[in-house]
Amino acid sequence: MSRSIVPEPIARLPWRVILPLTAMVLFGSTVLYSAAGGSLRPWAATHALRYFVFLGMALVIARVPRDLFKWIAFPLYDALIVLLLLVEALGFVGGGSQRWLNLGFMTLQPSELMKPGIVLVLARFYDALPPAMTQSWRSLLPAGALIGAPAALVMLQPDLGTALAITFGGVVVVFLAGLPLRWFVGAAAATAIAAPIAFFTLLHDYQRNRITVFMNPEGDPLGTGYHITQSKIAIGSGGIFGKGFGNGSQSHLDYLPESHTDFVFATMAEEWGLIGGLFVLIVFMLVFRWGLTVARRAPDRFSMLLATGMTTTIFFYMAINLMMVMGLAPVVGIPLPWMSHGGSSMLTNMICIGTIMAVERWSRRGGGLST
Amino acid sequence: MSGPAKHVSSGTLQNSFDRRSAMLGAVQGGVGMLLAVRMTYLSVFENDRYKTLAESNRVNLTLIPPRRGWVLDRNGAPLASNRADFRVDLIPDRLVDADRTIATLGQLLQLTAIELRDLKDKLDKASGFQPVEVATGLDDERYAAVSVRLPDLPGVVPQRGFSRFYPTGPSVGHLIGYVGAASAEEYERERNPLLITPGFKIGKDGLEKQYDTTLRGVPGARRVEVTAGGKVVRDLDMREDVPGHPIKLTINGPLQDYAARRIGIESGAVVVMDCLTGDLLTMVSMPSFDPNSFSDGIGRIEWKMLSDDDHVPLRNKVLRGLFPPGSTVKPMVALAFLEAGLDPHETVNCSGGLRVGNRVFHCWNHGGHGTVDMAKGIYQSCDVYFYHFAQRIGMDKIAAMARRLGLGQEFPLPVAGQSYGTVPDPAWKKRKYGQDWAVFDTVNATIGQGYMLVNPLQQAVMAARIASGNALMPRLLFDLRAPAVKSLGISKEHLDLVHSAMNEVVNGRGTAGRAKLPIEGVQLSGKTGTAQVVGLNIGNGKGGQWKHRDHGHFICFAPFDQPRYACAVVVQHGGGSGAAYPIARDVMTYLFDPGKAMDVLTGMEAGWGGTPQQRMATRFRAYESKYGIHAPKPADDAGVEAAQARADAAGTPSEAVATAAASPPPEPIATESRVPAEVTAPVPAPSATP
Repeated sequence: MSRSIVPEPIARLPWRVILPLTAMVLFGSTVLYSAAGGSLRPWAATHALRYFVFLGMALVIARVPRDLFKWIAFPLYDALIVLLLLVEALGFVGGGSQRWLNLGFMTLQPSELMKPGIVLVLARFYDALPPAMTQSWRSLLPAGALIGAPAALVMLQPDLGTALAITFGGVVVVFLAGLPLRWFVGAAAATAIAAPIAFFTLLHDYQRNRITVFMNPEGDPLGTGYHITQSKIAIGSGGIFGKGFGNGSQSHLDYLPESHTDFVFATMAEEWGLIGGLFVLIVFMLVFRWGLTVARRAPDRFSMLLATGMTTTIFFYMAINLMMVMGLAPVVGIPLPWMSHGGSSMLTNMICIGTIMAVERWSRRGGGLST
Repeated sequence: MSGPAKHVSSGTLQNSFDRRSAMLGAVQGGVGMLLAVRMTYLSVFENDRYKTLAESNRVNLTLIPPRRGWVLDRNGAPLASNRADFRVDLIPDRLVDADRTIATLGQLLQLTAIELRDLKDKLDKASGFQPVEVATGLDDERYAAVSVRLPDLPGVVPQRGFSRFYPTGPSVGHLIGYVGAASAEEYERERNPLLITPGFKIGKDGLEKQYDTTLRGVPGARRVEVTAGGKVVRDLDMREDVPGHPIKLTINGPLQDYAARRIGIESGAVVVMDCLTGDLLTMVSMPSFDPNSFSDGIGRIEWKMLSDDDHVPLRNKVLRGLFPPGSTVKPMVALAFLEAGLDPHETVNCSGGLRVGNRVFHCWNHGGHGTVDMAKGIYQSCDVYFYHFAQRIGMDKIAAMARRLGLGQEFPLPVAGQSYGTVPDPAWKKRKYGQDWAVFDTVNATIGQGYMLVNPLQQAVMAARIASGNALMPRLLFDLRAPAVKSLGISKEHLDLVHSAMNEVVNGRGTAGRAKLPIEGVQLSGKTGTAQVVGLNIGNGKGGQWKHRDHGHFICFAPFDQPRYACAVVVQHGGGSGAAYPIARDVMTYLFDPGKAMDVLTGMEAGWGGTPQQRMATRFRAYESKYGIHAPKPADDAGVEAAQARADAAGTPSEAVATAAASPPPEPIATESRVPAEVTAPVPAPSATP
């Protein structure tokens, strides 16, 4: 519509996602500004800055050709596995749990990169797999291994939240790849049986405790249940219109833990109320709808799986985080995309967005006709 | 990558993808709806609840202990006031590392090993919510030292507040009592958060306890915004406390203090009463405790000192000390005789004893008093005169007069308890022991021995009633309006006769010549009494073991012709009335010429080792170096009460049925006595045997 006024390359940018995202990030910065007691430092400014830097990166990713994506899928996955092993080894030597590698100029958290990584490699795997074989066990076992290896390594760190995110992203791609539905029903049943067993054997004490507390947060209001209770108080006390910018007592007086990272939504809801919360939910809805639309219009199987997987990975972040802060899920260390302060999660999410943008680009060029 | 060969399969997968991605979108939409609903529920429907919770997080209500009402003497001078001071308390529940916190506090506040030990004991005993006092009366520096370290010391509450101050310390200990932090039981009873506010004290004894609600006041409150870590961000608002109402007593503060100091190292009680109104000017029991240090909590050294003292400092002897009154009852008995129609000029010959049937009742003066009429019977305290006529008049009339004058009575005073003793008569003995009244019972009672037991307050009331002829009631609360006093209905003639005989005791040929007041134109009238504590087979009552010595009594009033003040002095195991009347003389002197009385006291205190407070301090230091932290733990409230009860019980003579006449102990004779024969009064022989 405005193609006549705005130059073509700019008009062709995926504004449908950039505008809502930018709005949400600026809103996030506002919340972080308030959480810091009315200061751009230490969070608000870097938050916005990182977004714009990573947005540039996403736009670069968007221009990466499909073949390069396909080509790099397995080498990238292998590299990430190596990095995960390296983290594990360093943690073992250092005598403590460790999640990142210090590269000198920045710290790299390979488990974060694995979230888009697993989606990419599985999309590539099912793309290469002959459609007839999707009904065979040979379609499942390699995929299981591809998901299981990084998930297990991340679990060892231990980082339950990221392990779940990787597993979830992977399983969604497998599901979309068209494997028999009964396998998923069976797996769900198996999980229902295995979960209690895992609860008592695999989980760490603190993880087990978090789940116990989730079931009954008031049972331990000053211990681990404190997080959930205080978060609910922050959200509940905000009411419809909130307490006003800079007036959130729960966050400013330190009752709310992690008020600028995992619980940033509670910080926001306290000051902006239900209106602010609905705004965030609507932005997420717009982003996911855009992601799924892109996937549906994608020109081929690889692009479809890739776009849906990336969308779902972001969705998983959001859903778990919001359910946690509203007391619907146990406390799992997962940040809220574009709202929580933190470089790694911003990087991961922008990689996902960049990938979806790339898919959108491929589909716009059509079936190789209009280049 | 759509190869033409797998056309159908690829299409199937495409269909499957469409279905499943639509399903995924539906799930996402569903989760989004769930989140929106959940958030609406929290922020709209549960809004009130969470608002309240957020407010209770944010706002911390701190009660400010109200300033306690002052206790004033009759002239408005404070007997108990408040002193602004810096204090530090601990809240056990909020302690993280108790041992480390205590060690740090000990260092910052420069606590001694004993104080630290006491603090740990208190902490062990306290329930979690009860604040435990660490120190009061801190100087700026030590207070500041704790305040700046506060972030490292969770559970420590330093504050500026008011603490109770008793300017004359031990002198008012028994009268006013003391205050202390509420015990767990007291909190359970009242459930008032004020009671567990650091720095708040409630009355534990005496008037402080009786008038606790009057004195308490209304707490102030401070609403502050606090962080999760307990740091105060800002004050929101503040309500001043409303200080408690003062209570004004009839007590004359300086006189009370003087009397307390004048008792010196003896164990005794002094009561001074106004003969016009019944106002109690002084009510003192010594030795006492220092309510100032009691109010900080009783330390182990202090407790050890009090427990070791055989002079029972925990017992209020004025109200709960029961003593055989000895000869101080004789003016009362004489009034009973007169009312029964006895001619005061009728005489009896005292040869040192009186034979009744086959028994001999001794006079304290075995040499005999010769011809004795009523006046001489009083001023020479002749026992035979009373033995003789008491048999004629009968015990019932004597007992009735005793009660009329206040003996055996409980008075409507705001005190925790009065031991009112016994005025025996035949009906009482029948009731109590199922035995008939015997002659020796009358003999014993007329000289204030045997079953007869009174407390010093009753003796003072008796003195005031004899002096005024009115049915005066003791008053403790000051009231400008004089109470309506009724006459006792005793004839003026009788009173004049007894007054003049009592004047003779001091200013004439009597037993207390040295009690004469050194004041021109003011004559003291009185009556001595010496009460035997143990049989003469155990001790002679004068020397030997302290607790076997006779009690010394003196009742008096002044001025002789216009009675204004009445006084009763008891010196427990003082060895006789000679220990009592000099105290009465000086106390009465103080009422007319404080300077003169003070000069006398200053000289005496030099010999005693200072004022009671100075002596207690010396003793404290001696105990401290002797026992250190090994002194036993101090008692809690219940323990103190139990100890008081024990002390009371220990001081009350057992009421075993008397089987014999008591032998009257000799009255000490003043050196300027005009009756030289009595100076060499021999020690009476063992009691008469039936």
